[in-house]
Amino acid sequence: MRCATGRWRRRVAEVAAVLDGIARYVVPRTLDEALGVLAAGGVSILAGGTDLMPQARAGRVRLQPVLINIRRLPELTGIERAGGGIRIGALVTITALRDSALVRERLHLLWQACDHFASDQIRNVATVGGNLCNASPAGDTLIPLLALGASAVLAATGGTRRVPLGEFFTGPGRSCRRPEELLVAVEVPEPPAGFAGVFCKHGTRPALDISTISLAVGARRDGTVLRDVRIACGAVAPTPIRALQAEAVVEGRAADAATIAAAAQAALADIHPISDVRASDWYRREMVRNLLQRALSHVGQL
Amino acid sequence: MSVNCDIAFTLNGVPRRLAVPADMSTLELLRDQLGLTGTKYGCGEGECGACTVLVDGASVNACLMFAVDCDGRELVTVEGVVAGATGQRLRDAFVASGAVQCGFCTPGFMVQASHLLGQGRAGGEAEIRRGIEGNLCRCTGYRKIIDAIATAAQGGDHG
Repeated sequence: MRCATGRWRRRVAEVAAVLDGIARYVVPRTLDEALGVLAAGGVSILAGGTDLMPQARAGRVRLQPVLINIRRLPELTGIERAGGGIRIGALVTITALRDSALVRERLHLLWQACDHFASDQIRNVATVGGNLCNASPAGDTLIPLLALGASAVLAATGGTRRVPLGEFFTGPGRSCRRPEELLVAVEVPEPPAGFAGVFCKHGTRPALDISTISLAVGARRDGTVLRDVRIACGAVAPTPIRALQAEAVVEGRAADAATIAAAAQAALADIHPISDVRASDWYRREMVRNLLQRALSHVGQL
Repeated sequence: MSVNCDIAFTLNGVPRRLAVPADMSTLELLRDQLGLTGTKYGCGEGECGACTVLVDGASVNACLMFAVDCDGRELVTVEGVVAGATGQRLRDAFVASGAVQCGFCTPGFMVQASHLLGQGRAGGEAEIRRGIEGNLCRCTGYRKIIDAIATAAQGGDHG
């Protein structure tokens, strides 16, 4: 009887939480203030809102009692060179990335993904930090950032830590960011001179559609061979992934037909696609095989 | 019910100050609270562009924006766009080109087109097509909409 009452009380509390909605809305002006709010728990983070709003409306995400709007935090803005890399503030919008000469010239792989991202209206609002924290296996900026060896910078009241993106994503919609942590920036090492890359995605229409599969392929031409080969794939596993076996096939070799075919075959062992409303697992494998061959042959000629 | 928050912003050039629930969308604020029904509810998830408005000069899906985030910003809806010279030129071009059939998508196209014209991004068919990727029309097949935007783009400075 006591136990049943306890369950009943918990259920009432759950229902009340949903009915109560957002109890407090906070717009911090400094990072310290924001981290203090996060440390107390029960917080939903609002940046651009282009994922949070539809996910909350569809019931896929439950809004917490506190909504924190981080849009006014100056510490989370700007794109600049810092210590051998390029630091991109978490609040930088996709439009700002697309308009940045530094991104276009030095992180062209990322620039291509931003150029193909959703629509003008969404690019104007959506932030790179939001795209990362949403952690969709198909997230457009995630694939080139993973290929470029980027790291997430996570801040909390206790200090700041850096997590390579290869370890950041833990599942569909999940990352290793703790509830009390705020993603403040993404740091991208500057690619070596001569590094060139191709981003491609495949869907039923060029704009807005969530990718059926996406690929980022980058390498540095050294005479006739390719070095620093990076291949990342989206929508073919629970998280964005590097195709390490395919990379190993190409590393230090010329991008000839035999190498390209062998790499595309090797990539099939790197990926674990599922069948869903957008495509079957078979179709995703075939698209990876074909688009990877096309992208590798393109990179070999850049 | 979510907590009410006081916000102050500029709407079509007029300063506004009001209280909105923290979970309300900007689209609901415009249509339900302020009665500006020119901005349309199409899909509610950023796919169709029927609710496009300008926020600090950039085009945005009002359905994806929290109303509380309007605080301190400058909003322009289709009602504000057609009050300006660019909007009037666009309206004339949409009528002349027959770019309106059922009309439901038209306000979103008008706002997005005014954004493209303002940024000098309506220089040719390819650029216009890229610029309106976020707006769906199920009647016209886009041909006449693209013609209308191109016509408006040729019609003088974009003030």
